[in-house]
Amino acid sequence: MNRYARYRVAFQTILTKEVLRFSRIWIQTILPPVITTTLYYIIFGNLIGRRIGDMGGVSYIDFIVPGLILMAVITNSYANVVSSFFSSKYQRHVEELLISPVPNWVILGGFVVGGVARGVVVGIAVTAVSMFFTDLNIHSYGWTLTVFVLTSVLFALGGFINAIYANSFDDISVVPTFVLTPLTYLGGVFYSIQMLPEIWQQISLANPVLYMVNAFRYGLLGVSDIHIGLALVIILLFIAGLTGFSLSLLRRGVGIKS
Amino acid sequence: MNALSIHDLRKTYGNGFQALKGIDLEVARGDFFALLGPNGAGKSTAIGIISSLVNKSSGRVEVFGHDLDRDSEGVKECIGLVPQEFNFNQWEPVGEIVVNQAGYYGISRGEAWKRAEESLRQLELWDRRALMARHLSGGMKRRLMIARALVHSPRLLILDEPTAGVDIEIRRSMWQFLTDINRQGTTIILTTHYLEEAESLCRNIAIINHGHIVEHSSMARLLHQLHAETLVLNLREKLERPPELPGYRVAQLDDSTLQVVINRDQSFNDLFRSLSSAGVEVLSMRNKQNRLEQLFIGLVNASRQEMEE
Repeated sequence: MNRYARYRVAFQTILTKEVLRFSRIWIQTILPPVITTTLYYIIFGNLIGRRIGDMGGVSYIDFIVPGLILMAVITNSYANVVSSFFSSKYQRHVEELLISPVPNWVILGGFVVGGVARGVVVGIAVTAVSMFFTDLNIHSYGWTLTVFVLTSVLFALGGFINAIYANSFDDISVVPTFVLTPLTYLGGVFYSIQMLPEIWQQISLANPVLYMVNAFRYGLLGVSDIHIGLALVIILLFIAGLTGFSLSLLRRGVGIKS
Repeated sequence: MNALSIHDLRKTYGNGFQALKGIDLEVARGDFFALLGPNGAGKSTAIGIISSLVNKSSGRVEVFGHDLDRDSEGVKECIGLVPQEFNFNQWEPVGEIVVNQAGYYGISRGEAWKRAEESLRQLELWDRRALMARHLSGGMKRRLMIARALVHSPRLLILDEPTAGVDIEIRRSMWQFLTDINRQGTTIILTTHYLEEAESLCRNIAIINHGHIVEHSSMARLLHQLHAETLVLNLREKLERPPELPGYRVAQLDDSTLQVVINRDQSFNDLFRSLSSAGVEVLSMRNKQNRLEQLFIGLVNASRQEMEE
């Protein structure tokens, strides 16, 4: 068997294992974001949104749909990889991979695509829920899918790096709680940055999530606070940087080898 | 070509502890090799480096001609590892654990299930393939790790204390299993604290202590170094006092048990002739201490004294 055929089987094995893992515990992985997002639609979209009126040229509930879908994708792609890889370190079954002839890029790819798979499943579920509250007329399918997948990849990579450095279960909840959630909430999910004073608009531009939410909103609704080309470049740069960093950590065995 | 060649292997951990201080080791293909040493001697570090779980500080490792630095995938393809501690996903079914491991070696799922069935049947775990691994007993978990290590048919199987905490019946069946796969051509490196296990299974041996190899020879040659053996004899008749046996050190353990020290240059025939002349009839006989254990303690103590000097 040639080397690449062997890598393909190894990749499929890691991916299948990841998908089975989050599918087995769907009550913990798939259901909660669906319930949370439903509550957001009811409270912010319907009850409060009716009094807010339009935002960015669309109704408020339409405005928050892209952000809420992307927020679920970001959280779940990240959570899947960080919990799965840290658990494999904690129970030491990461050693099954380390002793096998699987290159680091296949290990990284397997876990990241596993995270993307959960992000996609949750994203589809949350999108289905949004259909009950609003009529989605997708502006650009290609753009929507591109931003959806790339954002998921980016945060799956983030989860992987978090898991590499984590030494306890506390360590895998610190970043989502103190970094990811604030960045997401301040990333223009619920408001347009045009509403902010000039200085806060400038500060908001340093938040990478803002670019993803706006790029995704452009794909769905055709409206955005920022230049979408710039958003794509920023997402791709982050992916390239985090991929290189993850591979370097794996090569040096940081957090997984003595 | 050797199954394993190690040259000047060194490992210093981040805290400054030197676990390996330049070891050299050769294991021939087809060998059943014992790597022994007291706790903290460096055995697990050496095994960790060979199996890519620990980064070496310097030195060279070759497995069946594949250099660990230049061709780590080639090295990994040759090795199956049964580690000291359980390192599988406890929340995964037994069969899946073995099949996934095969997948990491590029074995397709269909073929992996065939191989998993074969190795799980051999180790009497096939009936439990759907059971979550955490529900297995300690002995079954050890056998699961052996089945997992064999699923890609490795040329070199490394077992780090595979029978620790396993009852004697299962231990014996594992010995038989390992002997069989060694006969079929798999090279085996075994670390164990049961020296009886090493003596009965292994043909060659290395003893490691404080990061140095203090002995590296064949088991037969090593045992030949033993100058004296202490025998415990069970007697038919009760004795009031120990018999006079010129040339032998004799002690009476109880009224029907004698302890006799026999030197390497003394024969058993002479001993039994002396016992018969003294009117002592022997019902059974055993070594007081495992022979390898006697040597092991001697070698480890000698190396400790050398270090202190």
